[in-house]
Formats: sequence, structure tokens, C-alpha cells
Amino acid sequence: MINLNINGKTYQVDASPDTPLLWVIREHMKLTGTKYGCGVAMCGACTVHIEGEATRSCQVPVKDAVGKKIMTIEAVGTTQAGRAVQEAWVAEDVPQCGYCQSGHIMAAAALLSANPKPSEGDIDSAMNGNLCRCGTYQRIRRAVHRAADMLAKGGRP
Amino acid sequence: MNGIANISRRDFLKTGALIGGGLVLGVSLPSSALSAKKGAKAESASLNAFVRVGADDTVTIIVNHSEMGQGVYTSLPMLVNEELEADWAKVRFEAAPVDPAYNHTVFGSQTTGGSSSVWSEYDRLRQMGAAARMMLIAAAAKQWKVDPGSCRVENGKVISSSGKSLTYGKLAKKAAAMQVPKDVKLKDPSQYTIIGKPMHRLDTPEKVNGAAKFGIDVLLPGMLTAVIARPPIFGAKVSSLKDEKAKAAAGVKAVAQVPSGVAVVAKDFWSAVKGRELLEIVWDEGPLATLSTPGLRKQYSDLASTPGLTAKKEGDVDSAMGKAAQRISAEYEVPYLAHATMEPMNCTVDLKKDSCDIWTGTQMQTGDRKAAADAAGLKPEQVRIHTMYLGGGFGRRANPANDFVKEAVHVAMAAKAPVKVIWTREDDTRGGYYRPMWYDRIAAGLDEQGNPVAWKHTIVGQSILVGTPFERMMVKDGIDGTSIEGAADLPYAVPNVLVDLHSPKTGVPVLWWRSVGHSHTGFVVETFLDDLAHVAGRDPYEYRKRLLEGNSRHLGVLNLVAEKAGWGGPLPSGRGRGIAVHASFGSYIAQVAEVSVNPSGAIRVHKVVCAVDCGKYVNPEIIRAQMESGIVFGLSAALHSAITFKDGRVEQSNFYDYQILRLMEMPEVEVHIVESTEKSGGIGEPGVPPIAPAVANAVFALTGKRIRKLPMTPEVVMSAQKA
Repeated sequence: MINLNINGKTYQVDASPDTPLLWVIREHMKLTGTKYGCGVAMCGACTVHIEGEATRSCQVPVKDAVGKKIMTIEAVGTTQAGRAVQEAWVAEDVPQCGYCQSGHIMAAAALLSANPKPSEGDIDSAMNGNLCRCGTYQRIRRAVHRAADMLAKGGRP
Repeated sequence: MNGIANISRRDFLKTGALIGGGLVLGVSLPSSALSAKKGAKAESASLNAFVRVGADDTVTIIVNHSEMGQGVYTSLPMLVNEELEADWAKVRFEAAPVDPAYNHTVFGSQTTGGSSSVWSEYDRLRQMGAAARMMLIAAAAKQWKVDPGSCRVENGKVISSSGKSLTYGKLAKKAAAMQVPKDVKLKDPSQYTIIGKPMHRLDTPEKVNGAAKFGIDVLLPGMLTAVIARPPIFGAKVSSLKDEKAKAAAGVKAVAQVPSGVAVVAKDFWSAVKGRELLEIVWDEGPLATLSTPGLRKQYSDLASTPGLTAKKEGDVDSAMGKAAQRISAEYEVPYLAHATMEPMNCTVDLKKDSCDIWTGTQMQTGDRKAAADAAGLKPEQVRIHTMYLGGGFGRRANPANDFVKEAVHVAMAAKAPVKVIWTREDDTRGGYYRPMWYDRIAAGLDEQGNPVAWKHTIVGQSILVGTPFERMMVKDGIDGTSIEGAADLPYAVPNVLVDLHSPKTGVPVLWWRSVGHSHTGFVVETFLDDLAHVAGRDPYEYRKRLLEGNSRHLGVLNLVAEKAGWGGPLPSGRGRGIAVHASFGSYIAQVAEVSVNPSGAIRVHKVVCAVDCGKYVNPEIIRAQMESGIVFGLSAALHSAITFKDGRVEQSNFYDYQILRLMEMPEVEVHIVESTEKSGGIGEPGVPPIAPAVANAVFALTGKRIRKLPMTPEVVMSAQKA
């Protein structure tokens, strides 16, 4: 049995220790908002926060996540940055198919938590690892700026 | 977005295949619509197959097209609600079950593709909304004992002339018992309050918090997960299999041969993947073991210099070519392409003795249901398809071969438990059903003034439709309409035209890929036209304009894009501009790309200005999003992506060697929509074809190098010749 702290709750899971955290989150915790896209850290669909940092959960064996605070898309709205990002995403009508958006939102929320007023270059380097096949990149940029503006006004739209 | 071929309404009317396009208000409700929805909070009543009204005043629109990013869960409810006038804040959507009531109004089966969702439902859904409204009014009028004609509706309420009002929720049950109107009067477009407005998407809230359920997210009690070892070469068969180690691996429940390979069924995904690595399979490699991209190129280029089947013939090309003042010719090559949906293929099946439930993201419910029933030995009516969100479709999830659904049913038969088959990214990339590789040879003759007098275009590439149920309708005299679309309908004024086609069989499974044939003909025709302008010594925009005289919609977008992009105006140093215009799926798109090229040949696209005329439109914000999307999809193919073969094997496997556009490369995209009262055209696909030629033409304008091969990698750019 492995103990995990996900979204503020402690869970016991029966998974082999080398199972990627992604699949434990999706199949054992049934938190399916975190997506599988490539399995090799090339697309960012599986991005979660581990100790507040955007991390590709497909690359983290579950044993290495023990004792760490993990947050997924299902709970990111409880943080100020996460909520601002979600609201900005709605306002800019960012998602199309939506499959990659959990990963983008997690990446953007981590970026804004660390850097509340990111430049274009900051957005590029923080988000370039997240792929979107529907091509929502322009709206993602706009939404990150909008979320930053919201945070600057105390998190209000 | 898409992919079913560009079946024009005109073709269907001609061939008499129009099915269910008329008024279908009286259509009987599918049984599933009548049964109470599981988990529904409040009582509800179905007023017709598309409208269900809850006692809590929510109005659920049943959507018969799959949501794959193109916005149908918003645009189709907008059509209904324009006439229904429910409170938009209380409008919900739900994926339709499989039932003839939900067939595509033109294709005759439940199918999403061909950029057709809005135009094909434009009339029916407004009629459905209007009929439901009339039934609600009739119910209120009956209760109030007044003339229905004296009542009106507003924001989810029926209101009498004396000011009494009842909400739709309060009237729902009684309204369902009212007679279905025989005919309805629809609003004049001048009265529209929803159509044409940039409404926010209804599906966004659940796509930003992880709640949206895609096929891959389905979890059933007792469900197992399977991966499949598919042949490394298309057509290879299992010669021998040793599966003892795999069967003994932790979590593995079963190993079974299925028609598509060897399935490893396990308690979870990771156990299945680890188990698969332990399989020892010897493959009988079959006839494609020597397939290679250079070999195909040779075969195709040889074919391109011989006459193919005539797809279009006007005038006398040979004679005109002989008399031309100048002649130019060129050869083009574009590769196989994978759809690379972000959600890899997957399908979940719960198979019982006399029923089968399937959860998947599909663009082709009717066909998939039939294939599943055949595989399971059931009747189609015993199979239910639960359409989930599609994590991208682009045509891959509309497969006439029904591959990922049929296969999952076979796995379920072996697993004897509910099972989800997941394709890894590598499985998905190597799994076939690609956009065909194409090779084109094209020649033109110009007169003394530089105007084209002869145009000869030979196309070489696999047919998508031969051997599918679509062959009967869309392959005529051996010519697959999707192979020549965008080429045989050349819009430019050239008196002598010959387009011919070779459709070699290679054994590589091919399929429609967002914009289908246009994805290559747009590139060939629009870069070659640019060549002609250059040879004629004319500006590429002015040259097109002259040759498009009389084609008002082409001209409309061409002129608009030129104006908005400041065509001919100053550019930052080191930048070039290129223009292209292409019509597909009933819409007209022109784009101007602004690019730079670094010393090692890497192209950077800085800005794209896009003009679109898609006729009457429903949601301009979705139009803009689809143009942005098509441009990015097209840029991935223009700059990065290719599927190639060596020793019969696909050389790519994941996003590191099958690359798509990343955020850092995203150009600024500006979209301008032409106001129009013409019939609606498609929007999911038409944004794709013009971008590759616009970029190639910009590279030419900047460097003098003419690129005739995709993707335009630095190597291709460096080796391209100056014209």
C-alpha cells in the first residue's frame, strides 16, 4: 500500500511502486481530469502540481510522490491563481476539444503563482511543453494575461 | 472539424441520396428519449427528439453531432433556441443515442464530418425549436382557455395577452401531450437574437475543471484495461506467440489473439503495458515488409509522368501548351500524416449475452454500432453507443473500417469483463489510417501577356474511399472525388485544363484528415499559381484577382485579406508575405502569412491574416476559433509533421519525432468574417488548406526559393532551388 496526499486528502493505493503517478491518479483515485497524451513528457496533458510545481505526472513513479503534496485540476480552483486561470479560460473561450486544457491550466496556474505578471517570454518558457492539437495557443496567451490582470486586482474578474 | 469528405449538398440532391432533410417534426421519439434519464434531478418531458424540458425549467437539447472541439454543443443548441426562446442560462446539452431520428440530414447515418454540422442542421433544428415552442404555447393557451395566437414567448416563459405567464418547466408535461404541429413558421433572420451572436461555449466550464468526460475517462465497476500488440508492419500476421511471461505478469488477467493483434488484458493500464512488453511474438511480415518512403516516391513520380484517369478536361491542353509563349512545370510531394488527436484512440465495451454498451468518442455512431453488432453477433438495436467528448477527431474517429470500436468488442469477447482498450501514443502514431502521401506533377503554358492558357495537373495518391461504403456515392468511373477536390474545381480562368489521377494501392491504411484532398491540392495549386504570377512578372495578389473575375466569393475574401494584411505595404526587414485563397466545404478562405527564415533554414511564421466567407453563420466566435485552429493544424503539417516508412515500419512514434506546432511558434492570427446571406458552408476544415501555400509563397517572396515539398523543414528550405 502506498500513501498519497492528493488535493489535501490522504489516500491509500494498491499499485506497483513504479506505476506512473498519472495512472494512479486516473485509475486508482478516479480523478480523470488529468490526461494521458504521450507518456514521455512531450505534451504536458498530464501536468499536476507537486509541492506547487508544475510536474509531468507520467514521469513520476508513484513511489516518488509519497509524502508530497499533489494537486490536480479537480482542486486547482481552490487556489487563487487556479481560479483566476479557470475564469480567464472561460472568458476567452479557450478550450476546443478540451483534452489538453487541464494540463495547460495547471501549467498556467503554477506560472502565475510563481510569477504574477509574466511576460510573453515567461509564458513561452513555462507553457511551451504543453501541446494543443486544436491550436488554442493564441487564446491561451490571452487568457494567461487576463488571469494575471485579475490577480493584480485581487483575483476578481 | 472533421473529416468526412466534402460531400456537397448539390451532389446529394443529384444522386437522390437526400435522406430526412425534410420536415421531421412528426418523427417518433427514440425510445431512449422517452425513458426517464438516469440520475435526472427533476421530472422532464420530451417535446421532440431534440428538446426535453425539465420541471426545473432546464431545457436539454439533444445533440446528434459529436463534440470534438468544433463547438457543436453550442452552435446546435443556438439553432434550436433561436426559435424555442428558452432561458439560455438554463439550456443544457446531451449527446444523442444512436437512432435514425438523429441521422445526419444528408448523409443518412449518424455521422459528424465534412464540416457539415451547422449547415446540415440549420433548418431542422430551428424547426424543432419552433415546434416545441408551439406545443408549449398550445399547452398554456389550453390552460388559460385563450387563443394560442394571442400568446407569446420570452426567455423560457409563455405569456398571455393579459399578462399571465407560465414557465416552460411548468408547462412541459402538458406540452408533451399537445399535437405536434404539422408545419411551423420560422423567424425572419432580421428577428434573430441568438444566431450570429458570439455566445460563449456551453462546454467550457466543465473543460476547465477536469469534469468533462472523454472516452478514455470512462470507468466501470469491475472494468479491466487492455493494450494490444499490433503488427509492426501493416498486414503482418502473428506467426508464433509465446505469452507465458506476459500471462504471469502482475495484474495481467488474460492474453488473447484478436484480429488486430495480441491483446493484453490487465487490472490497470500500467500492468497491461508491462505485460505487453513480455510478449514474444514472431510476425509473418507479409508483402509490405519492404515498403519504404523513397520506394513510394519513385513509384509515384514514375506514375506522375504517365497519363492517369481523366478527372477533368476542358479544351485541348496539349495543343494550347504547344502554342504557349512560356511553359513551366513542377513536381510536388507531401507525406502521409497522422491525425495525432491529443486523446489517443480508445474504446470501452461492456458486452453481455444480449446487449453491448460502448463508450467512446466517435464521429460515426451508426457505422460503429453496426460493426460492433456484427463482431459480437448481436443486432444493431442491441448495441448502445454512449458518445463521449472527443479529444480531437480530425477525421480519425470517423473510420468506415470502424477499427478502434470493432477491435474493442473483440477484446471484450476475450476478456469476459467490461474492458477499456487504450492505444498508447506510439500505438496511435503507428496505427495507420493516415492522410495519404501525394505526388503531383503540374505544368502550365502562358500566353504573351503571361496569362495561363493551359493547365495540366497529374495527381498520384491512394484513394480513401475505394473499398468503403462511401465508394458507391463518391467514386465515379474510378475517380475518388476526395483525391481531386480542390484541383479539378480550379477556380482560375484557364481555357484548357486537364486534371488526371492515379490511385495506386500501397497497403497503407488511409483516411480523411482535416480538409481531406484539399489538404494537398490547396498547397499545390496555390503555390504553382504563385509561380505563374512570378513568371508573368505580376504581383501574386493582382494576378489571382484578374484570373478570379466572376468568382465573387473567392474575390471577396481575397480582396478583404489583402486589405486587412496591408498587401504591398511596408514590412519589417527580413520578412516576407505570401497569399493564398482556397474554397472547400462550401466556404471561401484567403490567408496572408508573414514569415522570416533564419540562416539555417528554419521558418518562423509571425502573423497570419485570414478572411472567411462561410455564408450565413451561427456563432462568429466559433468561426474565429476554427480559423485559428485550422491555421495551427495546417502549420503543423506545413512545418513539421510526416509519417515515413522504412522496411515496412513507420519511422515515427511520439511527439518527439512526429512534431506538431508548439505555443512558442504560434503566430498572431487575425480573422475577418465576411457578412453574407449565402447558404452556410463548413467551418471546421476550410481554414487548413490555404496556410501551407501562404507560408511557402511568403518564403518565396522573401528568399526566391520555391518549396514544393512538405513539411518545410530547415533541410527542405536549405535544399530548395531559387526560381
